[in-house]
Amino acid sequence: MKQLMKGNEAIAEAAVRGGCRAFFGYPITPQNEIPEYLSWRLYEVGGCFVQAESEVAAINMVYGAAGAGARAMTSSSSPGISLKQEGISYICCSRLPCVIVNMVRGGPGLGGIQPAQSDYFQATKGGGHGDYHMIVYGPNSVQECVDIMYDAFDVSEKYRVPVMILGDGMLGQIMEPVELPEFKDLSKLPRKAWATYGDNKGKDRQIINSLLIEPDVLERHNHLLFDTYKEIADNETMCEEYLCSDAEIVLTAYGTVARIAKSAVDILRSRGIKVGLLRPITLYPFPEKAFIKVAEQDCVKEFVCIELSMGQMIEDVKISTQMKKPVKFYGRVGGNVMTPEDIVKFVTEEDK
Amino acid sequence: MTVVYKKSGMLTDAPFHYCPGCTHGIAHKLVAEVLEEIGAEGNVVGVAPVGCAVFAYNYFNCDMQEASHGRAPAVATGIKRVRPDTVVFAYQGDGDLASIGMAEIVHAAARGEKITVIFINNAIYGMTGGQMAPTTLEGQKATTCIYGRNPEINGNPIRMCELISTLTGPTYVARAALCDPANVRKAKKMIKTAFEHQLNKKGFSFVELLSACPTNWGMTTEQAVDYVKNDMQSIYPLGVFKEE
Ligand SMILES: Cc1ncc(C[n+]2csc(CCOP(=O)(O)OP(=O)(O)O)c2C)c(N)n1
Ligand code: SF4
Ligand SMILES: [Mg+2]
Repeated sequence: MKQLMKGNEAIAEAAVRGGCRAFFGYPITPQNEIPEYLSWRLYEVGGCFVQAESEVAAINMVYGAAGAGARAMTSSSSPGISLKQEGISYICCSRLPCVIVNMVRGGPGLGGIQPAQSDYFQATKGGGHGDYHMIVYGPNSVQECVDIMYDAFDVSEKYRVPVMILGDGMLGQIMEPVELPEFKDLSKLPRKAWATYGDNKGKDRQIINSLLIEPDVLERHNHLLFDTYKEIADNETMCEEYLCSDAEIVLTAYGTVARIAKSAVDILRSRGIKVGLLRPITLYPFPEKAFIKVAEQDCVKEFVCIELSMGQMIEDVKISTQMKKPVKFYGRVGGNVMTPEDIVKFVTEEDK
Repeated sequence: MTVVYKKSGMLTDAPFHYCPGCTHGIAHKLVAEVLEEIGAEGNVVGVAPVGCAVFAYNYFNCDMQEASHGRAPAVATGIKRVRPDTVVFAYQGDGDLASIGMAEIVHAAARGEKITVIFINNAIYGMTGGQMAPTTLEGQKATTCIYGRNPEINGNPIRMCELISTLTGPTYVARAALCDPANVRKAKKMIKTAFEHQLNKKGFSFVELLSACPTNWGMTTEQAVDYVKNDMQSIYPLGVFKEE
């Protein structure tokens, strides 16, 4: 049965059904409905919720809980995610599975509270210090938020790499009909051999740690992390192709912007202009194969990268297409959002 | 032959890396013995700090997590909330706890997290080479106050037990000094009481241990012990600040 839900609340409920049993967060607009919902909901399923004293504390609580074997998560928005970066770096080095939701708002600085996609670099390139990545998803609907959140802990635990769901203010606030999945059976989950449950003794004791003081040990660990990222790229990359097979112009966008771009494709198609849309669903790993495949199609003349930023994902588009076709950019910032007509106008006027 | 003394089973066989005369080792020994005495073996997670005790995860013979600088009480909160029946402790230095991690310690205490925090106050940043700590005494020399801490320029020392004991969440707050056998025995009693508060799910428990850092104080081990006994105790009085 479908029900009408706000994006943030739908993510929160999907998290619970996907096995989340610990949430640690600090209030910030536009994601407050996530902690608000989980503050009562988690106690109904035997989980725990702590309103932390800061985002710094929240991410370190996630570290502790995830290290102790629990399915733990946090959510925030841009300035709060900046504060979490040191903790995320430690989590990535210590290989702790967990989920982090970022309902992005405009920046830099305190910025605004309206939707933006200006944290793309921070999310996909590492964000904190050191060589690491998270698995980053850019869902485009409340339903896709639910589906991704529901499986996020499974994916994160499979690779011991944290998952970030990169939403935007719009996705968090919009109400849409969603189908909620059944509760996952947590009793079937295997014991985590590496976790500090507290009951490991002597030589079986476990250490959650990111200090690797021997250069050779740290180098090996860096390689181990990147071997894992390669495996993730092979298995988990997701991308949606819409009317690209005969397209002359390929729009590319993620998240809610991709929906606006899809409407623009339909308008342009109705006018006889051959336009398609390539939508990355995983932002890290970036769907490089899908991009080079489309870029190598003879019919494709150019790409137009559309973002709510000054141009961040465009760098991955250029790298992935190996610049085989020109890549133009159209963006709005500051919390402003383009309409399908704005995109239509950009595409048709640019092509005159 | 009767055994009159042996190393606690809650310590591994890894050799301590601490300097001669450093009291981190004594503090480790006391915590390990108490963990053994309260029967925590097989049901305990420790949290190591960033500071000279960073390698505590190699020394305590139990599951351990290494926290980022100052965040051990938040990490311990995360562990305790998902493993409420497990003994959870954090071990922190003064830079870690009273400077960069001030928010985390105060809020873990205020929430009444049922964890035990062992606070090593050596009035200096040991690991990074002797910079001023929030607990450095007035007039005490450090590499970032070479003429001695001047309150006009460098501010004043923070008394953590006094501060923590004003909060509602803690049920046991005490300070001891690792300067002679009698005081070491008192310290052990306090550590044991602190862990018992946790076992009985009473509230947050906190033990501050005045400690020596002869290396960065530029003292012999004897001078350092005297400094703990006389100079430090005059600013940081010993005793139980809160017990409920
Ligand atoms: C975010 C961050 N800032 C600074 C440091 C460097 N650092 C490592 S240990 C330390 C001070 C430790 O002093 P204290 O907590 O008093 O422990 P001690 O070594 O004296 O036992 C500092 C500043 C760090 N590791 N991380
Ligand atoms: S530097 Fe000071 S605190 Fe660190 S091990 Fe040496 S004596 Fe101990
Ligand atoms: Mg110190």
